[in-house]
Amino acid sequence: MDGLAMGDYGAYVWSCYALTLVIVVFLSWRARLRHKTVYRDIEVRLKALEDRE
Amino acid sequence: MWKWFHQLASPPYFYRISNILAPWLAVPGLVLIAYGAWQGLFVVPMDYQQGDAFRIIYVHVPAAYLSMMAYMIMATSGAIGLIWRIKLSHAVAAAAAPIGAGFTFLALCTGSIWGKPMWGTWWEWGDPRMMSELILLFLYFGYMALRGAIDDTNKADKASAVLALVGIVNVVIVHFSVEWWSSLHQGQTVFKKGTMDADMRIPLLIMVLGFTLLFGAMLLRRIRTEVLYRERRTRWVREMILSPEGGA
Repeated sequence: MDGLAMGDYGAYVWSCYALTLVIVVFLSWRARLRHKTVYRDIEVRLKALEDRE
Repeated sequence: MWKWFHQLASPPYFYRISNILAPWLAVPGLVLIAYGAWQGLFVVPMDYQQGDAFRIIYVHVPAAYLSMMAYMIMATSGAIGLIWRIKLSHAVAAAAAPIGAGFTFLALCTGSIWGKPMWGTWWEWGDPRMMSELILLFLYFGYMALRGAIDDTNKADKASAVLALVGIVNVVIVHFSVEWWSSLHQGQTVFKKGTMDADMRIPLLIMVLGFTLLFGAMLLRRIRTEVLYRERRTRWVREMILSPEGGA
């Protein structure tokens, strides 16, 4: 428990590491989501075009 | 070698190769970050002045370093796009902006949290390092807003590249602010002799390397999306998406 308490600085240290995790996960998730969205939009447009042809 | 670089600038080739390369950067990056964080949190001895609060350095420094590196990638790619008109370079610039903004935000937050117990304040408006880093965040927001505001991709590329190039001045200020002016922020630590013991420095360098690899993987993923969007009306995208295997 002493290791986790980080002296009197546990709240500061752990909040920084937690925030880092949140931002790294968010950035990775956004990158994946954007790719999925762009890919799907193009796929829908191309399939609609193909059906029309 | 030149042939490979030339090939890399081809959107279909880049789209394929980036999908293969990204995991090769992400996995070692995550392993290094996990190891570096473990060392930084539990193995490295505490600082004689700052106590355990100094352990914030292991996330703050990589974030601050990447905030500047992402900007330099953005500005350099924008310049290459302006001068040599390589299509892929504008895609690189556009892809680097949101990641750079994320790491700048992280550097500001972790710096502020570290500042509270060490300086007695969350924020100091007169501090040159903090203010220039905040301006860097606004530059990223401005860059992304400018791109979003212009419908024509070519015009957006050119205008945002000029903005990115002008903003390089601020990156220089961020880097040298602690040497040029009196600042609450500590001076150069990582690469200056005698400022940090090897036991503390090596995990920090591992974290910097790990975060850089992860940044590279994120950048590749975002460039890939940018390439796909820009090339959406081309034949190779049409063939790839409509093929039975798909290309996601």
